[in-house]
Amino acid sequence: MSAAAKKKNPGFFKAVGMNFAEIGTTFAHGDWKTRLSYIILGFGELLRGQIAKGIAFLASEVLFIWYMCQFGVRYLEKFSTLGTVETTKVHRKTVYGDNSFLILLYSLLTICIIVFFIFLWRLNIRENLKEELILKSGKQLPSNKKVLSSLLDGNFDKTLLTLPMIGIFLFTVLPIIFMVCIAFTNYDKTHQSPTHLFTWVGFDNFKELFATSGAGLGGTFGTVLLWTLLWALAATFIDYFLGLGVAMLINKKGIKFKKLWRTILVITIAVPQIVSLLYISKMFAADGIINQTLLKWGWISKAIPFWTNPVLARVMIVVINIWVGIPYMMLIATGLLMNIPPDLYESASLDGANHRQMFRYITLPYIMFVTGPFLLTQFTGNLNNFNVIFLLTQGGPQSTKLAGNAGYTDLLITWLYKMTVNDTNYRMAAVIGIMVFIVTAVISLVVYNMLPSVKDEEAFQ
Amino acid sequence: MAKNTEKKYASMKGKRRASLTATYILLIVISIIWLIPFIGLILQSFRSFDPAIEPGQNGGMVSYIIPKTFSLDNYKFILSDATNFPKWYLNTVIIAIFVAIGQTLNVLGVSYALSRMRFAGRTLLMRFWLVLGMFPGFLTMICLYFLLKQFGLTQAGAVPGLILVSIASSGMGYYVCKGYFDTIPKALDEAMMIDGASRARIFFTMIIPMSKPIIIYTALVAFMAPWCDYVFASYVAFGNDKSYNVAVGLQRWLVNADYQGYFTRFCAGGVLVAIPVTLLFMFLQKYYVEGVTGGAVKG
Repeated sequence: MSAAAKKKNPGFFKAVGMNFAEIGTTFAHGDWKTRLSYIILGFGELLRGQIAKGIAFLASEVLFIWYMCQFGVRYLEKFSTLGTVETTKVHRKTVYGDNSFLILLYSLLTICIIVFFIFLWRLNIRENLKEELILKSGKQLPSNKKVLSSLLDGNFDKTLLTLPMIGIFLFTVLPIIFMVCIAFTNYDKTHQSPTHLFTWVGFDNFKELFATSGAGLGGTFGTVLLWTLLWALAATFIDYFLGLGVAMLINKKGIKFKKLWRTILVITIAVPQIVSLLYISKMFAADGIINQTLLKWGWISKAIPFWTNPVLARVMIVVINIWVGIPYMMLIATGLLMNIPPDLYESASLDGANHRQMFRYITLPYIMFVTGPFLLTQFTGNLNNFNVIFLLTQGGPQSTKLAGNAGYTDLLITWLYKMTVNDTNYRMAAVIGIMVFIVTAVISLVVYNMLPSVKDEEAFQ
Repeated sequence: MAKNTEKKYASMKGKRRASLTATYILLIVISIIWLIPFIGLILQSFRSFDPAIEPGQNGGMVSYIIPKTFSLDNYKFILSDATNFPKWYLNTVIIAIFVAIGQTLNVLGVSYALSRMRFAGRTLLMRFWLVLGMFPGFLTMICLYFLLKQFGLTQAGAVPGLILVSIASSGMGYYVCKGYFDTIPKALDEAMMIDGASRARIFFTMIIPMSKPIIIYTALVAFMAPWCDYVFASYVAFGNDKSYNVAVGLQRWLVNADYQGYFTRFCAGGVLVAIPVTLLFMFLQKYYVEGVTGGAVKG
């Protein structure tokens, strides 16, 4: 990966250089139609009869200019301060000032639109160049009808991807850029725009996260991060091996009603977790059925603190997650077990291998090999497994030893949620979000390159 | 010598039977553990919250699983005008149907483009989406909230807002579907192209009809997610009771202190939510297994 990136980098700069060179030479050698297209997009295309393309380019330029005049410039000029005039009340009349939130959001949108427009402008130049070359070589330009119908054929990818890409840009890319920026501002409870503006603070929030003294969150962050990693490891591997075990039990030769056993387990996947996990969390509550029954029978004299003792709560979550995770793993393992080439077992049994040896030397390596990438996605999924934690404990039990309202079963992701919803501490939520990203990305990269199926693709083929 | 083998054979048979019995016992224990929460949920949903019918309690949690008298009080209550439960249910069904349709179309289109077409920046795009996927989803919650608010799609307009957000970014979840498309031989495409078919035609008349399992899988997964969507739904619909979905409503009944004694009503609501989703899932289980195992093996 890193080697590929290194190889790619000079290529990237070279490509940028070549782009600039092409822009220059196209202008120098191009005819007047092309040259005018540098200022009026689509001009060359229109004059050459490429109406559809020309109108599209021209319309995007008009839209761009209109947008910049109407909104873009207004927000962009306040980007460096995020607003200076607070909205206040003067004699019961509200005097509206700046709104940091909107300034930041629309500035980022404007920057993205400018980048996109530059890309369009570049595309426009290349299209002009292409058309000139075609005409010079004495060929005809494709008809407008052909250009449009190519959107269903050779350019079908553009038709298919346009809407999804706009959706992803507006609802994923832009919000992520926005939140990454929030990590460098002081947007929190006391800086709620428009009445109290927020502004850039540099790396202060990151310092606060790692600081262990005073109001710093360092200690709590360490605790939560450690538990997050521990949880993801436990949840992934315990479920994996137990699920494999259950699948092998069901697939054992001579066991009847295979479908029934499977169906019973699969109900867990089918029933929405909001119902099943909430019910289970109440089962183990102090006044829940389990404690009440044990009390009634006299087995215990006071309720077991399933959810209020930090260690017990953590164990309970891992155990209940087994209940959630086994059926899923069982389904996958069943499919995989059937895929193992039977001749592997035959030749092994000819060599006198017993069941345990066959499992140790055939089944396990095979399954581990093919499910490597799956295990990785399970692991990163568990790092961010919001539902199980939130529905069972809501991150509790809380403690005065932990800062930022964190509890002992909080994962980074549930802590982030609490900060956003309960504390409106958006700046720290954004910082934690970036941390989650870093943890996920680093683990994914490192582990992915260590996977046997990536290192040695041919081993089982 | 012969006797010895016979003895060995008999002992092996006995061993085999013992191991089978042990397996059965284990499977039965597992089944009981896995079913207990559901049995409890169903039984408790028939326990009345009326102290006159069920002595000594009022719909809270009790120390016995089997109700003393079976009644339909909870169901009558949550389906009456006393709660907004029917409204929440309708909201969830609407969201689930639209999300299932929208996400499936979205994913199919993206998967086809990435599987069959080769265009500049294709691998870059796929890498970029992979990296985007590593950001936690809840990070962007407030930003999405304000975006929706700009269009009036929060509080009273939460239902279309939730549909929009669920569909908009779903193209990034193309992995399983693209993996399936990759297994359809390209020679089929080429044959149709020789006959003069356009890409769009190939997509609509060949690929889509051939992809029934993966379409059902995608739609099923998309349909099931909104039933569980508590986090974003509660944030977007905040304070507007009529815009809740069942997840938000049920969670409030159980966790919010304003709803003391709603435990049995939660159980009844849970049963009503679980039945159609579970039945649908069981009915389409085959496709789900296919999609999940296919996705897991290819990674």
